Amino acid sequence: MVMIAFLFKGLLRDRSRSLFPILITGSGVAITVLMFAWVSGILNETIETTARFKAGHLKVRTRALNQQQYPNIMELVLTDAGKIQTQLETEFPQVTWKSRIQFGGLMDIPDENGETIAQAPVAGLGIDLMSRDRSEIENLNLSKALAKGNLPQQSGDILLSDDLFEKLGLRLGQSVTYIGSDMNGSMVFYNFRISGTVRFGIKAMDRGAMIASLEDMQDTLDMQDATTEIFGFFKDGFYHAEQASRIRNAFNDSQSATGLFAPVMIRLEDQDNMGDILSYMDVMFSAILIIFIFVISLVLWNAGLMNGIRRYGEIGVRLAIGESKTHLYWSLIIEALILGIVSYILGTAVGLIPAYYLQVHGVDFSAFTQSADLMMSNVMRARITPIIFWIGIIPGVIAPFIGASISGIGIFKRETAELFKELEA
Amino acid sequence: MLFMIASLSAHGEEDQAAAILQRMDQNQNVERQIVVSSMIIHGLRGSREIRYKSWIIGQEQSFTESLAPRREKGNKMLKLKQNLWIFNPRTDRILKIAGHMLRQSMAGSDLSYEDMMEKGKLLDNYHAEMAGEDQIDGREMWVLDLKARNSGIAYQRRKIWVDKQLYLGIREELYAASGKLLKRLEILESFKTSRGWYPKRMQFKDILKKGGGTEWIIHSVDFDTTIPKSKFSKAALRR
Repeated sequence: MVMIAFLFKGLLRDRSRSLFPILITGSGVAITVLMFAWVSGILNETIETTARFKAGHLKVRTRALNQQQYPNIMELVLTDAGKIQTQLETEFPQVTWKSRIQFGGLMDIPDENGETIAQAPVAGLGIDLMSRDRSEIENLNLSKALAKGNLPQQSGDILLSDDLFEKLGLRLGQSVTYIGSDMNGSMVFYNFRISGTVRFGIKAMDRGAMIASLEDMQDTLDMQDATTEIFGFFKDGFYHAEQASRIRNAFNDSQSATGLFAPVMIRLEDQDNMGDILSYMDVMFSAILIIFIFVISLVLWNAGLMNGIRRYGEIGVRLAIGESKTHLYWSLIIEALILGIVSYILGTAVGLIPAYYLQVHGVDFSAFTQSADLMMSNVMRARITPIIFWIGIIPGVIAPFIGASISGIGIFKRETAELFKELEA
Repeated sequence: MLFMIASLSAHGEEDQAAAILQRMDQNQNVERQIVVSSMIIHGLRGSREIRYKSWIIGQEQSFTESLAPRREKGNKMLKLKQNLWIFNPRTDRILKIAGHMLRQSMAGSDLSYEDMMEKGKLLDNYHAEMAGEDQIDGREMWVLDLKARNSGIAYQRRKIWVDKQLYLGIREELYAASGKLLKRLEILESFKTSRGWYPKRMQFKDILKKGGGTEWIIHSVDFDTTIPKSKFSKAALRR
């Protein structure tokens, strides 16, 4: 302990041994922390955006819809949705289950005489907007995405993509007619009132989204007690692959019906090659991080080596005045560890500042995703996870420790008899 | 000499095919008719029936109103030459069906709005050739191969089995320009009217659509009632 306090004092008094190594190592740690938070954030943002808007963490749909061999998805909806939802809520309470209706169609804009003046394609979602449960409003981040007006308050109210709203020159409160196909394939018409507009920051949604209440869409599309899919979201907000697999297997094993319209549960990664995409992204990001941490560690290890070589004379003097080689070696390693821990703490703290800023504000990439169909947010954010607080140990503590350990071996190769000759030179 | 005989024979067959088409057109195209019919759609989940009443003058004017079930009741459709409007009482909107919407399924059936818009006589739209003879349910048929006279026709090729006695197209296959079979229709029953033989029960099948096809049953046809001109106006849709 006395030795550590002594070495610490020495480090404080000799700035060339403390300030610059801490600056270099701390910078490396800060960059690593920021990089890790940024990459984790992008990966998480992609998964969560896809889950919230398109895939859910889990979902129940008909086998026919899952096979993707039938052109009209409206004919493949899940009937007895209420009964299935009750079963899901009872058997899997760790997940929030919500019915959603996905639909496409045309938005027809009439003039004062009811004649069509404009039409535009819409991609719609019928979600639970009217109940006290606000989880779907939160899942789709509707309050934040609201660009104009209000969230639907009554039957017949809809939200429309702000881009489409502006493009068609609409006004809030205006009545528009939805034209689409019901679950029997019959053409349907329904008048809606625009209560507000939304901008999600996701190109695929902002092009022509229409959000209506689940009940209105069930009525419009002749889907009483039917839904396109029942989405499941883990209550803690994060996707758990193993738990999702267990729930999926338990539900599917409990189903006796095997017809085209029998329900089947799938996980996020079971959908649209999502599993392959996520695995690929995970591997790519991990590879980038490993390479980055390796390079940073190499640089800091090298700094540790250089430091050892730079102190060649000092070590010679200390050996000449009688300090044992083992003691000297350990003092170098403990010094490296002290510097490493200080650099790690300071570097992590410094790295967390921009990471937190990027987590809150993000970076807008909309200029680069003008025509993107991917369910990816235009604003990418960093994500601070518990591992962020530990990741800096690799470049901050371990790399300089290895550097000092290797460079310190040179101490044992020094001959006391040669020391004065070396020092004179 | 052989070439001349072959050529004369070919011309003779073309004339015969044209004559058959002409008889078919005379049989089917009447000046005025009020038809009550049902469409039974055999979908993936089951069957449902929609009942219609139609007022038709020639090939270019028709007004159709849905009578049942409750969800469809009051829907109206007006066809005037090449234009089609539909009225939905729930929205109180009259919408023109045009462009790609014409290819939409009518009430989820195997028929599209484009099928409803078919205009003119077969002989005016198609060039016919004899493709042989056949038997359906023991009845003698001519088989005609029809090719569209212009690219604006929805089905560029049709193959028709024509009953030799009734001059009704008992079976039809409708093809795209690429030669792909799109739809098949068959007259399952027919009945004799004051104007000739008329289909009683027909079966339509959109080959690209899953399900058991669509049946069209004619309950009654009235050729003698006067139809007021005002029936074929957009104002009539809201009445």
